[in-house]
Amino acid sequence: MRIIPAAEIHTAVTEAIGNIAYGIDPLLKSALERALAAETSATARDVLSTLLENAAVSGRARIPYCQDTGTVVVFAGIGNEVLISGALLDEIINSAVSDAWKVNYLRPSIVCCPLSRTPNSGDNTPAVIHHRITAGDKLHLSIALKGGGAENMSAIKMLSPTASEDEIIGYVTEIVTKAGGKACPPVILGIGIGGNFETAAMNAKHALFVPLDSRHPDDRIARLEQRILQAVNATGIGPQGMGGKTTALAVHVITAPCHIASLPVAINLQCHAHRHCEIIL
Amino acid sequence: MRIIELTLPLTPADISGLQTGDKALLSGILYTARDQAQQRLCQLLDKNAELPFSLASATLFYCGPSPVPPGRICGAIGPTTASRMDKYTPQLIENGLRVMIGKGERSPQVQEFLRQYQAVYLTAIGGASAILAQSVTAFDLWCWQELGPEAIYRIAVKDFPCYVNCL
Ligand code: SF4
Repeated sequence: MRIIPAAEIHTAVTEAIGNIAYGIDPLLKSALERALAAETSATARDVLSTLLENAAVSGRARIPYCQDTGTVVVFAGIGNEVLISGALLDEIINSAVSDAWKVNYLRPSIVCCPLSRTPNSGDNTPAVIHHRITAGDKLHLSIALKGGGAENMSAIKMLSPTASEDEIIGYVTEIVTKAGGKACPPVILGIGIGGNFETAAMNAKHALFVPLDSRHPDDRIARLEQRILQAVNATGIGPQGMGGKTTALAVHVITAPCHIASLPVAINLQCHAHRHCEIIL
Repeated sequence: MRIIELTLPLTPADISGLQTGDKALLSGILYTARDQAQQRLCQLLDKNAELPFSLASATLFYCGPSPVPPGRICGAIGPTTASRMDKYTPQLIENGLRVMIGKGERSPQVQEFLRQYQAVYLTAIGGASAILAQSVTAFDLWCWQELGPEAIYRIAVKDFPCYVNCL
């Protein structure tokens, strides 16, 4: 057993949030630069250069990249030889979120009751935390600050098990078209195919943590990702919905075995405010 | 792409000179209002009660800002999704509102109201908060503090960048 003290996790999570709320991930920056080079429309180019400038100012002046500093989403991979001492993992994460929010003056965006819409929790807690037991003595925490605009445009559908890949591509294109400028394109698409209702949605969210430049190891899935990306970019929605070639920067699919009757497809949209990181303790 | 400098509030002549796709640099006063605040504004209109500001001379910015760190003029500011405001917009336009800033597309009904009343909907770039914050010269809580980020804030801006979406 390896003991990880609560304080170590708390510090790491607080610092991680303080880092990703500002500036830009290098892979995302390169993707935006490539998109800028490819765009010919003056408006699309203006939007993309503003986003790159925004990222630079955000990092330099410590102004959050986006005013919607998001819901904190954590995928925790807990090694079976790890013992967390001092507090429950969820308590530690929520306390770190609360501290990070206060120290960095991030926007409290969580209401306690979804129906009365009050009160605002004040410190952006609770985080959305998913747990998984892994082999070994490490604690992996994948952390994202997920904005509401793109999340609202996400969707899931139970397709017919005999649906073709073209139908899957058609469904994704339909959702991205409906999202238009509302999801703050250029977007990143996390897609869960297979599993059941909730695994498809979880896989869609988890797919957003796949590094932007990585290719799926399975050739068939990698080709599907490419075809989806081309179809979505052919819509012409463009940066911020104002027309252009770049509607999505990347598409990542995670598949799971599923029932003979089912083919769930979940699409989680992520905006260009793609604030995420991974901590390994 | 034309780039036009405009002083708020916009006059009918300013609005009629705009074309979809123009980039506008706005200077003047914006009032923030998103879902909760707009619902309250419409409830006040239903009761014929006085509003916290005059709609006719206001520019409404669909925005929930982040808190202001000490020593700064403002936190991060940027547009939220405008389609969520579609259900309030016709009533606000009927009562004088002419200029709105948000992100994303509007409903056919709102587009019709914009045309009919010679009003304009501008889009700011969602997630370009650091850039937008740099155009802020003053930032004050205006009313409904209990709504937190959904309260109404009065923001003075200089050369606030946005694009003409529809009018
Ligand atoms: S969708 Fe993303 S970029 Fe757009 S306002 Fe929300 S968090 Fe910011």
